[in-house]
Amino acid sequence: MDLFEYQARDIFEKHGVPVLGGVVATTPEEARAGAEQLLGGQPGVVVVKAQVKVGGRGKAGGVKLARSADDAAEKATEILGMDIKGHTVHRVMIAAGAKIATEFYFSLLLDRAERRYLAMCSVEGGMDIEQLAVERPDALAKVAVDPRTGIDQAKADEIVAAAGFTPDIAPKVAAVLQTLWTVYRSEDATLVEVNPLVLTEDGEIVALDGKVTLDENAGFRHPEHAELEDTAAADPLEAKAKEADLNYVKLDGEVGIIGNGAGLVMSTLDVVAYAGEAHGGVKPANFLDIGGGASAEIMAAGLHIILTDPQVKSVFVNVFGGITACDAVANGIVAALEILGDEENKPLVVRLDGNNVLEGRRILAEAGHPLVTIADTMDGGADKAAELAHAAA
Amino acid sequence: MAIFLTEASKVIVQGMTGSEGQKHTTRMLASGTSVVGGVNPRKAGTSVAFGDTDVPVFGSVSEAMDATGADVSVVFVPPAHTKAAVVEAIEAGIPLVVIITEGVPVADTAEFFALALEKNVRLIGPNCPGLISPGKSNVGIIPADITGPGRVGLVSKSGTLTYQMMYELRDFGFSTAIGIGGDPIIGTTHIDALAAFEADPETEVIVMIGEIGGDAEERAAAYIAEHVTKPVVGYVAGFTAPEGKTMGHAGAIVSGSSGTAQAKKEALEAAGVKVGKTPSETAELARQLLS
Repeated sequence: MDLFEYQARDIFEKHGVPVLGGVVATTPEEARAGAEQLLGGQPGVVVVKAQVKVGGRGKAGGVKLARSADDAAEKATEILGMDIKGHTVHRVMIAAGAKIATEFYFSLLLDRAERRYLAMCSVEGGMDIEQLAVERPDALAKVAVDPRTGIDQAKADEIVAAAGFTPDIAPKVAAVLQTLWTVYRSEDATLVEVNPLVLTEDGEIVALDGKVTLDENAGFRHPEHAELEDTAAADPLEAKAKEADLNYVKLDGEVGIIGNGAGLVMSTLDVVAYAGEAHGGVKPANFLDIGGGASAEIMAAGLHIILTDPQVKSVFVNVFGGITACDAVANGIVAALEILGDEENKPLVVRLDGNNVLEGRRILAEAGHPLVTIADTMDGGADKAAELAHAAA
Repeated sequence: MAIFLTEASKVIVQGMTGSEGQKHTTRMLASGTSVVGGVNPRKAGTSVAFGDTDVPVFGSVSEAMDATGADVSVVFVPPAHTKAAVVEAIEAGIPLVVIITEGVPVADTAEFFALALEKNVRLIGPNCPGLISPGKSNVGIIPADITGPGRVGLVSKSGTLTYQMMYELRDFGFSTAIGIGGDPIIGTTHIDALAAFEADPETEVIVMIGEIGGDAEERAAAYIAEHVTKPVVGYVAGFTAPEGKTMGHAGAIVSGSSGTAQAKKEALEAAGVKVGKTPSETAELARQLLS
């Protein structure tokens, strides 16, 4: 789960990372109040920053300076509702202004290939780090981090030395890196990025903008993380699926997909997209993995979500019976259709293979549901479902 | 031969007394796996009956190893306790730990992987179906009745695609089929399995299944170009996956322009791997090499 900047700021503050004051606002009035709070009646500058989970908001006009509380409200009016690369701005953060002397870069992330963590650090911050990595790789220090020991004093010293910080500020930066490790470890993050990390004119090191990704698998030890989720922005069908504990991703097509196992479902989407090329370009409408069980309740819940999607014109159920035999899956489908009743009003193509497949197909055939077509193969089922979706479109 | 798992493998089950552990221990025994013990400190000294077979329960992995000579542990322990179970198995020095559990925090995996590396213990998984050397041994949750022993070696990130491919190539059979799991950090990679299949005299053709996310397939492609002389057929799932969405597996995510199925396919093809567009086309490519 990716966090908004203001959420990252709050988490940084909680773990002792030096940050500037910041207040989140969803209306111009809240923005004015936030700016008043930060300015404390003194003249000064605040920054109004669009809160979107996408890069390049500065260039898109989503970050503006404000010279008073009224000005902050005005800038918030301009930014709220703005579309930045397909993300609508629903919140802004009012941040205290900083007198920046120098900008740096730091991130800590998973190194999937080496199966440990990787710290990246540069004394050239503020810019597009991917561009820096390509154009001048020497300017970006990369230091391996052992997951068991993390960034202790020695590792922090190694990172700042590799990045080339001058001796006058190196100890201060090293101290901040250790607090960022605390964020990474104690919050179960998979990414902590600070860009820019700045040296202020007062000689302080401050994390000016942060990006944090949290590991959803670790949710069981962080019940408080549930509140960080941006439920408002989630697709309504995805939100509903999540409530039902279904692994669902909404896509922009016409063929609803249900399958078992993440890999097989991804593969089913691809095969349907290929098949769709011959049938008016229809595409998969969703990813939905019902897992190993495929009970009647789960099948019904899954079908219910998919049938709620007005874009869906046909549904392809693609199940390989492994541990759960096909007869059990077929019984699940038949029972699910009974549960749904008239709600099931779109053609349904079912492909079963594997464990006890003949019995599974027999059960479906015997039930004789008028909208159900039985397919012998995955390719054949995908083709049939695409054809039916095209015919209904 | 086969890889990682043979008829001589002696297997213990961590979490055997739980419902998943019991269910799959029954299945593993039925498919001929030599399951020699379970581990549960609270039930040490008891045994669990699986049909005619009584499997003893030990207080720790090292006790189980001392008593039985076990050399493989399979872990069916829930995510909150997986790290402790795996660390115990590594500390006991068992050579192979197969972690079936889905939903293990990646920090936990990173930590126990670092320990396993130090202690020279092979991990498979987490979030994987395990592995089967048909006719010899079956560790995890792969259905044993899809196909028998044969000449194909299969390595896959996905469980059901493993089953699907075993089913498609059931006429030829498999030396070993191994599901390495869909998490961002996994113990055994495509490369580890490719190296083992290359060295395994029983394996003639290797089928490699990948999916979006990370760069394991690209790295495997580079490895194949350098080190693999046996024919390799590939498949990559997730061409239609949108950017920034996790597709079921925690590691299956396209970030920006990296981790796409297209890039993986191109890398594999550049290394001389024949890549199928669909599972059935992939099976057909393998079939041509086998017949």
